[in-house]
Amino acid sequence: MPELIVYGIVLGSIIALGSIGLTLIWGITDLFNIAHGDQMTAGAYLALLFATLFSRINFLNTRAGPFSFNWSLVLAFIPAILISMALAIVVDRWVYAPMRKGKAHSIAGFIASIGVAWCLRGLIYIVWGADFKFYTPGLRQMLFLPMGIKLRVDEIFIMLISWSAVAAVYLFLLKAKMGKALRALADNPDLARIAGINTEMMIAWAWGIAGLLITIAGILYGIETQLRPEMGWIFLLPLFAAVILGGQGSITGALAGGLILGLAQQISTAWLRPTYKPAIAFIIMILVLIFRPKGIFGRR
Amino acid sequence: MSFLKVENVTSGYGSMEVLHNVSLEVNQGEIVSLLGPNGAGKTTLLRNIFGVISPWEGKIYFKEKDISGTPPEKVARMGMCYVPQENNIFPSLTVQENLEMGAFIREDDWQPRVKEVYELFPDLTDRRRSRAGDLSGGMRQMLAIGRALMLNPEMLLLDEPSTGLAPLLVDHIFEKIKQLNSQGVTIFLVEQNAQALQCSAKSYILEGGEKKAEGRAEELMKDEEIGKLYLGR
Repeated sequence: MPELIVYGIVLGSIIALGSIGLTLIWGITDLFNIAHGDQMTAGAYLALLFATLFSRINFLNTRAGPFSFNWSLVLAFIPAILISMALAIVVDRWVYAPMRKGKAHSIAGFIASIGVAWCLRGLIYIVWGADFKFYTPGLRQMLFLPMGIKLRVDEIFIMLISWSAVAAVYLFLLKAKMGKALRALADNPDLARIAGINTEMMIAWAWGIAGLLITIAGILYGIETQLRPEMGWIFLLPLFAAVILGGQGSITGALAGGLILGLAQQISTAWLRPTYKPAIAFIIMILVLIFRPKGIFGRR
Repeated sequence: MSFLKVENVTSGYGSMEVLHNVSLEVNQGEIVSLLGPNGAGKTTLLRNIFGVISPWEGKIYFKEKDISGTPPEKVARMGMCYVPQENNIFPSLTVQENLEMGAFIREDDWQPRVKEVYELFPDLTDRRRSRAGDLSGGMRQMLAIGRALMLNPEMLLLDEPSTGLAPLLVDHIFEKIKQLNSQGVTIFLVEQNAQALQCSAKSYILEGGEKKAEGRAEELMKDEEIGKLYLGR
C-alpha cells in the first residue's frame, strides 16, 4: 500500500500539472478544451523529435546522470515547450478568437476543440506512425526505499520537475502583475475590459501558460510510460476529472484534484485490475457532478 | 463646453431596440443624473457610452471626440471610467489586488493613488487583504468606485451606486460622490433613487428607452406629474 501511495503521487503530479492549463482556459474563456490532451501528445512527440536531433551532438548523447534518458532529452524540453506554446497561441488566434469575437456559444468552441484534437492526433499518426516510442531504450534504475517501496529514479525527476513548474506558475499567478490580471479575467471578464485590460492579450498569455505546462506534463508522462499517439487523448479523462473536482478556473482545486485522482487511480489497483483506472476517474467525476457540481474549490 | 454628449442614440440587443433616439449632455465639472424605472434603458445607455455595446444610430462624443463604438479598453485610457451596477468587483482577488487591477494600464507609479483611495474610503483600509467577495454590499460599492478611481478619471459613470444599500449607507455614498465632484471629477450618475436629484446640477428622466424630461434638478422635483410618475411620490 505505501508503494501505491507513492505511485499515486507520481501520477497525481503529472495530472495536476496537466490540469492547470485546462482549468485556466476554462475559467477565462469558458472553453472546455478537448484538444488539451492531444496538445500533450504533440508536446511529448516534439520533445522526441528534438531529442533525436540533439543526440547527433556527441556530448548530449550520454545518459543524464542516474536517469534512463539522455541529456539530449533534457535539452529538448526547451524547443518542445516553445513550439507548443506558440502552437497553442496560434490555434487560439485562428480557431477560438473569431468565435469569441462573434460571441459564439461555448458549445461551438467545445466542438471546434474536438476538431483541433483530431487534427493534431492525425498529424502525429502521419509523422510518427502508430507504434510505441521511447525516449531512450535505456534501463530504468530502481531505488529501494524503506517499507518495500520500489521507486524508479526517473520518478524523482518527474516529481521534481512537475512540482517546480507548478510552484513557479502558482507564484506567477499570485504575485506577478500579469498573473493577477489573469485571475481578474477569470473572475470577471467584463470588468477586466472595463478596467482597460486588453483581454485578448491576456487570453494569449493563458494559452501560452497552458501550452507550457501541458508539454512538460506530456514529456514527463512519456518518460514514465511510453509515447503513443493516443496517450494524451486517454489522459484527458483524469485531467477532466481533476478539473471538475477542483472547480472551474480554480488552480488550487486542479492541483488538489490532480493528486486525488492520481492516488485514487493507483490505490484502486490494490483491488482492481489496472485496466479499470480510467473507470475510477469516471466514477469520481460522476460523483462530483452529482454531489458538488461546482467542485471542491469552485465558485460557480 | 460639453464634456460628454450623447446625440440621437438608438441601440439595443439582438433585434430588440431598447433606446430610442436619446440625446443628452454633461458639462465639465457637473454632476448630471439620469433617473428612470427598471428597464428604462439606463444601463444600456451607459454601456453604449463606454463602448461595451455600440449604438445602432447616433453619436457619442467625449471631450469633443467621437467615441461611438470605441471599445471599453480604449475608452478607459481616455479619462473616463465606468462602475457597473452589478459584478463590479473581482470577487476572488483581495481588496488591494482589486485596486491594483484598476491601475493595470497605468505605467506611472500608482501607489500614491491607492493611498488616496484608502483615504477617501477609510473602511477599505482595514480590509485590504480580505477577499473582495467577502465584503458587505456597501464596502463592495466603495471598492467598485475605488477601483474606477485608480486611473484618475476626469469623468465617472456610476450605475445605481445606491441600489441595495441601507439608507444610512446611501447617504454616505452620495456624500462621497459629492466629495469626488468637488475634487473636479465630472459625474454621470444613473439612479432610481430620487435623492440623486438633490446632488445633481441637471437631470434627465428616461422611460421605455425614451427621454421623458430634462431640466435643472429643483425644477424636476417641483413638477408634480414627474414626481408622481418617475420619482415615486
